[in-house]
Amino acid sequence: MRIAVCIKQVPDTEARLRVRKDGLWVEEEDLPFVINESDNYALEEALTIAEKTAGEVVVVSLGPERVKDALRKALALGASRAVHLAEEAFQGGDALATGRALAAAIAGQEVDLVLTGSQSDDVGYGATGSVIAGHLGWPHAWLVMGLEIEEGGTSARVTREMESGMNEIFRLQLPAVIEVQAGINHPRYASLKGIMAAKRKPIERPSPADLGLEASQIGAAGSRLEVLEVAFPDSGEGAEMLEGDAATMARTLVEKLQREARVL
Amino acid sequence: MSRFPGVDFLDLDPLLSDEARLARDAVRAFVDEMVMPIIEECHREGRTPVELVPEMARLGLFGATIAEYDLPGLDNVAYGLIMQELERGDSGLRSFVSVQSSLVMYPIYAFGSQQQKDRWIPALGRGEAIGCFGLTEPDFGSNPGGMRTTARRDGDGWILNGTKQWITNGTLADVAVVWAKTDDGVRGFLVEKGTPGFSARDQHGKFSLRASTTSELAFQDCRIPAANLLPETSGLKNALMCLNQARYGIAWGGIGAAMACYVAARDYAMERVQFGGQPIACHQLVQEKLVWMLSEITKGQLLALRVGQLKDQGKARHYHISMAKRNNVWVARESAKLAREILGANGIVDDYPVIRHMLNVESVYTYEGTHDIHTLILGEHITGIPAFNPPERTPKRAARPAEVGRE
Ligand SMILES: Cc1cc2nc3c(=O)[nH]c(=O)nc-3n(C[C@H](O)[C@H](O)[C@H](O)COP(=O)(O)OP(=O)(O)OC[C@H]3O[C@@H](n4cnc5c(N)ncnc54)[C@H](O)[C@@H]3O)c2cc1C
Repeated sequence: MRIAVCIKQVPDTEARLRVRKDGLWVEEEDLPFVINESDNYALEEALTIAEKTAGEVVVVSLGPERVKDALRKALALGASRAVHLAEEAFQGGDALATGRALAAAIAGQEVDLVLTGSQSDDVGYGATGSVIAGHLGWPHAWLVMGLEIEEGGTSARVTREMESGMNEIFRLQLPAVIEVQAGINHPRYASLKGIMAAKRKPIERPSPADLGLEASQIGAAGSRLEVLEVAFPDSGEGAEMLEGDAATMARTLVEKLQREARVL
Repeated sequence: MSRFPGVDFLDLDPLLSDEARLARDAVRAFVDEMVMPIIEECHREGRTPVELVPEMARLGLFGATIAEYDLPGLDNVAYGLIMQELERGDSGLRSFVSVQSSLVMYPIYAFGSQQQKDRWIPALGRGEAIGCFGLTEPDFGSNPGGMRTTARRDGDGWILNGTKQWITNGTLADVAVVWAKTDDGVRGFLVEKGTPGFSARDQHGKFSLRASTTSELAFQDCRIPAANLLPETSGLKNALMCLNQARYGIAWGGIGAAMACYVAARDYAMERVQFGGQPIACHQLVQEKLVWMLSEITKGQLLALRVGQLKDQGKARHYHISMAKRNNVWVARESAKLAREILGANGIVDDYPVIRHMLNVESVYTYEGTHDIHTLILGEHITGIPAFNPPERTPKRAARPAEVGRE
């Protein structure tokens, strides 16, 4: 089975962000970049499936030069080749333009499955996967918690999380686009041998023309969404002091974490 | 789980190859996820975390610079960086990997027969066999040339007699690389666990390197086959070549331990509030300690990196490696001390990694050539005068009480 995994390189979520001078994005200088968290899980899922089916994994990423590091890492982890949409024309797009470019890159790879994370840790649109599926005309599942390729490799059994806390389990015909959540598996470490082998694995860099795309369809020019400003919200509001003895405060805190913050 | 942020004040990362950075990051993640959660407990219990061996093998940490036998073939800079990351976790863990790679796999690879290599390199690389390196003896540490362990030819084999002490991994090892005096000078031998006449027992009461096993090896008319001689060894220099490999890794390791202490102290200083509701980081005295650590770590990184580059070019000399080991382990020792001061009482408990590093570094300061022995190596390089073994002019030493008693 050949699987494409779309990975995005995002600022490390632990890094301190500053707004760029033009107010349209964060200052990238000195910012550490990593593979988007849920994309790591998508990659692990793909590598496991590829191992079981004697298949291969192709990683695809759209982004500037620095994205090469993320692709090298994916190759070190076991992907067999990479496609990097690096040209300036691809950059600065919304989910629509980015998804279109990625779909075009994937279309040429003859894959049986596209895996990606459900959401990026920087802009968090959570839409790129759907756009890719739309362009390819393939079925698609979001917030996936479990994935099993069925006998014959023409369908997948997918477990996804519903809003109510219940799970939905369904069968999906392949090829399909599946967007996974962080936590569905245990991403491996790159082995040192894998790292050395990655050195010799190819990273393709197609131009828009190679993918049959016009400059007006992709990047900033192809976007229907224009960022006006990024900013930190005004601070000082929203903090709440809990009252009572330790047991009461702990109980209230747990409730709030469950109901309001929804982190538990 | 918290992720270790690293220390890169001078933006040295771009000087590293993609492979070196990826290797470092992979080992850093391994240490964060698998070592940090268990290491304090290992240290308390005084045990080697052997449960990590399979994962370390899968990562490719054993024999990482060897390019044959399906091993990674990293360059020396990448190898150094993985030593740095391991020692950021714990010096004992780094010692395990140093011994396995530099002191066991390296000599078998460099001085072994084809048959020895084929048998041991893959097994050691996969972590299915563990090795140890026996050079030091109870009476010969800094001066291994004086060793008393002997190997005597006996028909188609060798008979070993003697005692080795302070041997990392001694009781864990399936194979020991043992250095012994023969009629043709010092030579290396492979002694397998279970060989009659060979026994090992652990040394107890250590306050340092507790997450590592340190043992005594005893050979009593221990007979080994002729095939267990490392054929390409012809003198003490071969043992010293192994040490050069390991010392180079330790030079990076020292920086790892120093980084761990610096990061712990910096974070603590930013959080800990004393006078006036301000974190202690606001005091000049505290800042000065942090500045010292960061400056010395940065200089140490440059030193290790340059020696690594020289090593990759085949130009590193033993005195380059001596300077790097001596300086960087000293930086680790001083950084641990300063970090411990900054942590106050919390500096003496194992809720924080600092006291563990502070204790560990005492071993690292001493093994693989003590700090002072490296001073003498550098002194000899500068002056041409070896000061290890002062000649005639020193007055005859007084007899030791033990000797007096014997007379
Ligand atoms: C935890 C641990 C693990 C170890 N693992 C191993 C191992 O796996 N394999 C192995 O073979 N060995 C191992 N060693 C032994 C280590 O290499 C020796 O301890 C080291 O070489 C120093 O020898 P020594 O302890 O006998 O000290 P000594 O040689 O007795 O030195 C004592 C002091 O005298 C100083 N000194 C000695 N000679 C001179 C001189 N000429 N001029 C000035 N000062 C001098 C030294 O610097 C030191 O301060 C280990 C040691 C430790 C602590």
